[in-house]
Amino acid sequence: MALFVLRRLMLTGLMLFGLVLITFVVSNVAPSDPAALAAGPDATRDMVETIRKEYGLDRPLPEQFVHYVGGLLTGDLGRSIVTTRSVMEDLGRYFPATLELVLLSMTFGVLVGVPLGMLSAVLKNRAPDHATRFVAVSLVALPAFWFGILLQLLFSVQLEWLPTSGRLDIATPPPPFVTGMLLVDSVLAGQWATFADALRHAVLPALVLSFPCLASILRVNRAEMIEVMAADYVTAARAHGISRLRVVCVLALRNAMLPTLAIIGLRWGWMLGSTVLVETVFDWPGIGLYAVSSAIAGDFKPVMGVTLLIGVNFMIINLIVDLLYGVLDPRLRATS
Amino acid sequence: MSLALRRASFAERHAASLRQLRFFAWSFGRSPSSMLGLAIVLGFLLVAAFGPWIAPYPLDAEGAMNLGNRLKPPAAAHWFGTDEMGNDLFSRVVLATRTSLWVGLTIVGMATVIGVPLGIAAGYFGGVARAVIMRVTDVFLSVPGIVLALAIVAALGPGILNGIIALSIVWWPGYVRLVEAKALALRNEPFVEAARAVGASNLRILAVHILPNCTSPIIVKASMDMGLAILAAASLGFIGLGAKPPAPEWGAMISVARTYMPNWWWYAVFPGLAIYLTVLGFNLFGDGLRDILDPKSNRG
Repeated sequence: MALFVLRRLMLTGLMLFGLVLITFVVSNVAPSDPAALAAGPDATRDMVETIRKEYGLDRPLPEQFVHYVGGLLTGDLGRSIVTTRSVMEDLGRYFPATLELVLLSMTFGVLVGVPLGMLSAVLKNRAPDHATRFVAVSLVALPAFWFGILLQLLFSVQLEWLPTSGRLDIATPPPPFVTGMLLVDSVLAGQWATFADALRHAVLPALVLSFPCLASILRVNRAEMIEVMAADYVTAARAHGISRLRVVCVLALRNAMLPTLAIIGLRWGWMLGSTVLVETVFDWPGIGLYAVSSAIAGDFKPVMGVTLLIGVNFMIINLIVDLLYGVLDPRLRATS
Repeated sequence: MSLALRRASFAERHAASLRQLRFFAWSFGRSPSSMLGLAIVLGFLLVAAFGPWIAPYPLDAEGAMNLGNRLKPPAAAHWFGTDEMGNDLFSRVVLATRTSLWVGLTIVGMATVIGVPLGIAAGYFGGVARAVIMRVTDVFLSVPGIVLALAIVAALGPGILNGIIALSIVWWPGYVRLVEAKALALRNEPFVEAARAVGASNLRILAVHILPNCTSPIIVKASMDMGLAILAAASLGFIGLGAKPPAPEWGAMISVARTYMPNWWWYAVFPGLAIYLTVLGFNLFGDGLRDILDPKSNRG
């Protein structure tokens, strides 16, 4: 087990290095003039030259790379031109909002996707199965940014049930900062009205964000379930007179855990990425909106910061998922 | 007499493939969702091909101005209504199909051209080549495509061409993963072993034995990716980093339409519907292809 953990850690370190190399190439090699890019769209020629000297962009590339990695190691991701704060500080400010959204979507995806997948498998090739499968394909094909707008039209404009955008109404007092996640902070502070308002704001964006994830959880659970139901030990259990419902709920649920976990690992980073679109539609002040508004303003450092943050997040989650796999399924420990 | 003979011999020579083809067509046709996918994909291709003849006001797609006609709701003269320039939205949605087609083809084409050879090399040769290629692939897969594409477009500058370049750069690793696994499984198959034993060169084995056996999953993935690549490019357009108005592109149209919500709802609804149907069509079509070409890998 120790060897497995160690190997996995080394691999993560190697991937981290690769990610840093990619962001370096994108920010320092790909643009025709990285100094002009770093200085922003409104910079004068003198300012660009100053930046070139200051950032060492007139130096050879390997030296620049060492400098870049050195900066990252001390948590220096550069400064945002738009917010004038350091990118690190901005990420700390915006990431909790994104995390809140992703966690909410993930929970929804699992709670709806697993039972629907099981139902679909049990009723294989009957009408409910066809319906769920069609819904699953549809959810993947729906453009998140467009469907978000439609939901806003229906639930916010027409029915006036839910707010259009943002995290809280202006009139709602925000809870004291603990985690940065309003739903958690308001509970900690006992501000139930704030909690309710935050939840009302989060429903639509979390729903839109969860769709592709829900679809994959559904499909994987359906496939897994069909396989399990055909297994000998299920037949044996049925032959011993254990009810179908009990077989489905106990045996299959346990088997559904591993693939669902794998999907969560795979989808985690992917969902963080989709926030780029969903947060833009719902004006949700997270890292996705931060990346988009920075990219449009030609403010480059924040975009690289968000890219790194999401990449690192993905690697850490997958590390955890792999280790959990080792815990949940002893066979994997032996073979790796 | 001689004609009848020739015909018979053709059918005989290709009897096996013809039978397989008929079987494919039969099992594909049995699935309503596959046929729906096929119908949508064919419709998409037809609209892309004959767009200028279908669109009632083809000039509106290039950014003409009919300010007297601004933001009219859907009616007989303008099926999808008009936009803020008074242009016919139906014409613009129809002509944007062509943009999406070549965007999808370019991204998927580039991704296969880069990804498939790398995947085959990694799977077949193994060793150091495999380690290096797969680690690089893993790194690219660790950042969601849309984010990395956003970063690349931010570096290169906005525009549809840079968007396509960015999406091609983030799209190839998926093909490496897919083909590597397949090639790895194939390299110890008896027929590859036999080819090696009679002295076939590596290049010949790759071209004649490995690649043809990888085509089914590649075709399935490519047809699914057509839809997803179109969606990704539209997403960049929506963010404001892809196609720029007045060029007709679905995502960019929705981006502009957002400022005219909720009163002028039709502006956003129809381009989005076009994206949804297109992506759905390619997904269903790909799903159907997988069921007949690659039935064992029915993954989620």
